[in-house]
Amino acid sequence: MHRQLKNLRHVMSPLDLSVEELDHIMELAADMEKNPGKYAHVCDGMKLATLFYEPSTRTRLSFETAMLNMGGNVIGFHSGNTSSATKGESVADTIRVVSCFADICAMRHPKEGAPMVAASKSSIPVINAGDGGHQHPTQTLADLMTIRQTKGRLSNMTVGICGDLKFGRTVHSLISALVRYPGIRFVLISPEELKLPSYVKEEHLDPNHIEYKEVIRLEDALPDLDILYMTRVQKERFFNEDDYIRMKDFYILNEEKMKLAPKDMYVLHPLPRVNEISVDVDDDPRAAYFKQVYWGMYMRMALMFTLLELEVK
Amino acid sequence: MLNVGSIEQGFVLDHIKAGKAMTIYHDLRLDQLDCCVAMIMNARSSKMGRKDIIKVECPVDQLDLNIVGFIDPNITINVIEHGEIVEKKALGLPKEIRNVIKCKNPRCITSIEQGLDQVFILTDPEHAVYRCKYCEEKYHGHRRD
Repeated sequence: MHRQLKNLRHVMSPLDLSVEELDHIMELAADMEKNPGKYAHVCDGMKLATLFYEPSTRTRLSFETAMLNMGGNVIGFHSGNTSSATKGESVADTIRVVSCFADICAMRHPKEGAPMVAASKSSIPVINAGDGGHQHPTQTLADLMTIRQTKGRLSNMTVGICGDLKFGRTVHSLISALVRYPGIRFVLISPEELKLPSYVKEEHLDPNHIEYKEVIRLEDALPDLDILYMTRVQKERFFNEDDYIRMKDFYILNEEKMKLAPKDMYVLHPLPRVNEISVDVDDDPRAAYFKQVYWGMYMRMALMFTLLELEVK
Repeated sequence: MLNVGSIEQGFVLDHIKAGKAMTIYHDLRLDQLDCCVAMIMNARSSKMGRKDIIKVECPVDQLDLNIVGFIDPNITINVIEHGEIVEKKALGLPKEIRNVIKCKNPRCITSIEQGLDQVFILTDPEHAVYRCKYCEEKYHGHRRD
């Protein structure tokens, strides 16, 4: 029997958490990093189900490590091919079954909205661990935490976002989360074909009166940035391979270009990177993309801790 | 001219685009109601040339007609009680549409999940924008046939 909760909550999008809740989760994650022993047994006897219908390395391992760090266990599957989905089982039925075994669930699915279907039938908290090109809230939590830890704030800064702004779900989620903080400006750096869709501007930038400019050359934007968020041009988002090959090398950040950036401009990337950040940038103290992975795990710990309504004795 | 008698209690849906009565009959799930329904198709209309009319004899609280505002805002609905028109219903856009339009996003879970309702939520009433509840795919305006 899973843990009985006073208030069953699911996280489908970063906006499911208020700014106050996010602040609390970030405080908690920072405390978890500082005092791991305090949280080492808070999930003793509990289980996380990782239902991954498509492959993932970082997100799944991050969730699993987060649960193991709190003393819990992990069950689940790592691709749709090894689950009952191959026999035609619906997402709704799978989550009903998993609710009998686990206390909390992280779901990744290639179809957009699948975690929401799961949440509607679940008796345990469901966390969206990425649904197609739609949402990936825990990546956004990792992004926000990394910005907060490197810059010491989440407000009053210029954030450059570079690469695939059209299909990049992490970009849309990050924009929707950042516009809730005061004094945020964006520089949107992309080729014409991969510009930020107008609906994202209409829904998040315009109503919040967010200052932004769109530029084509990465070099032009670099001197003014506090944060540079690089993204991969993802092959799986293209229907046509020729389009992918034509675009993938458009924006490459290297040591040379980093010389144009301020000394306290940090570089983030949701990973995996292909070649958009040259490996010679990795040793630059401003390279924060592996710190994102690090903080992402603590944010997942803090999120599960919160959804499971746990307390430290 | 064909004559269909008046109803005591229920609704008259008038000014339906000619030929569309049957579609609306299904959208309103009138086939699932245990009541008398009359459909008049291709009736002469001074305003429209030809039009369809649906008369439904049922208690006035039994039918949710909000969806008509999405299907075609030009349709007029008369509420009948004791054989008299007691109200001409103003049609607004419904907040939620269930199983009337389908999500066209091939990456949406509704394309594969069995038994899942197609649900659209009105996210921008001013511009008549609906979004799929699951993948947030946009649907703009009224239903296009």
